Amino acid sequence: MIPLETIKAQIEQAVPGARIEIVRNDSPSAQHSLLLGNEHALAVAKFTRDDPHLRLDYCSNATGIDWPDAVLKEKVKIKKVVDGTEKEVEEIVEKKRQGFLEAVYHLYSMELKHGPLIIRMRTGNRTDKAHLPSLTPIWRGAEFQEREIYDLYGIIFDGHADLRRILMWDGFQDYPMRKDYVEPDDYEYEPTPHDEVLEKTQKHYAQETKS
Amino acid sequence: MDEGLRSELSKQGIFTTTLEEIYNWGRKNSVWPLQFGLACCAIEMIASTMARYDLARFGAEIFRPSPRQADLMIVAGTVTKKMAPQVVRLYNQMPEPKYVIAMGACAISGGPFKQGYNVLKGIDRYIPVDVHIPGCPPRPEALIHSFMTLQKRIDEQRLSGNGRPRHLDPDAPSEFPVPQFGEHDLEPTKNLSVWKPPTLVRHG
Repeated sequence: MIPLETIKAQIEQAVPGARIEIVRNDSPSAQHSLLLGNEHALAVAKFTRDDPHLRLDYCSNATGIDWPDAVLKEKVKIKKVVDGTEKEVEEIVEKKRQGFLEAVYHLYSMELKHGPLIIRMRTGNRTDKAHLPSLTPIWRGAEFQEREIYDLYGIIFDGHADLRRILMWDGFQDYPMRKDYVEPDDYEYEPTPHDEVLEKTQKHYAQETKS
Repeated sequence: MDEGLRSELSKQGIFTTTLEEIYNWGRKNSVWPLQFGLACCAIEMIASTMARYDLARFGAEIFRPSPRQADLMIVAGTVTKKMAPQVVRLYNQMPEPKYVIAMGACAISGGPFKQGYNVLKGIDRYIPVDVHIPGCPPRPEALIHSFMTLQKRIDEQRLSGNGRPRHLDPDAPSEFPVPQFGEHDLEPTKNLSVWKPPTLVRHG
């Protein structure tokens, strides 16, 4: 596989104005990925499929990720005057991050036998701006997987020909794979509840004694 | 009829029986299951009909593809909430007398998916189940055992009086309400006329 930096440069040359960022993965798998800007994502995807050096003709997997609102803690080195001398001091800076939803695609090339190239797209937020461009026009195989992402995460794919729920029923209102999903309380007696089930048990019986 | 007289008569080549006996004998030896499976348990169900386990020995080899011709529903596998209304509807379409075997951990309780949001915690929440078989999946022997249990239960039924089978009781229901898809869950989540939630036993 061509190094990610080269791919990024190639894309930026081919698709003027495309916003691309390399998302590093520091785990041993070292599967770094490209974060695409939504407005040019379709053109970039088309390029990665059609470019003779990439030919990523197979979308093996498309999935979603939910990033809820969070407070990120970052260590920052700051120069400070301590006891009259200037010193470098590490300080923890807290940053608020607004939540968003993400779609991840794993792309391979059947023709050149290489891959995967991992691309990501992010929505503006988790409520009213949960739109992403659909990549189904480029890789037909993404159709059902994008429907599944829509079903379980609530990302609306613009340009998808048939965006309906696929696993849950049509009248279902929630998005079950989101972190803040509250499942219906249909707890049933368990002889030895523990961990998460114990929490569920306590919540259920607290509700029951209230009503 | 006196048992001694009966055996004496049979030695003379005269066969005596009661209506109840011959009626139950006929019912229990031609239980035709509905041909449908929901998950991996269905594979075991298929295996038990093949030559090695040979469910045909119990008069149940003919799996009917239509609920109109079936007597027995083997709920073989995970019942998801999306599938549950269809299962109940199939059951409603079967003519009386009809029986249900809940096969495997999923069909009796939700099994390994019990804590999930999308799986029904036992088909007995909506339809009356005659025999439950535990196992994940149960072996064909277990399915055969459940068949024999069902046959025994059919054989013990009285045709009149209290406790007579449902199809001989004009007041007993033959169809059960089909749950509807709600906004967050099935509505209703259970049919209290066939299923009572287990009660919490508090110690100390």
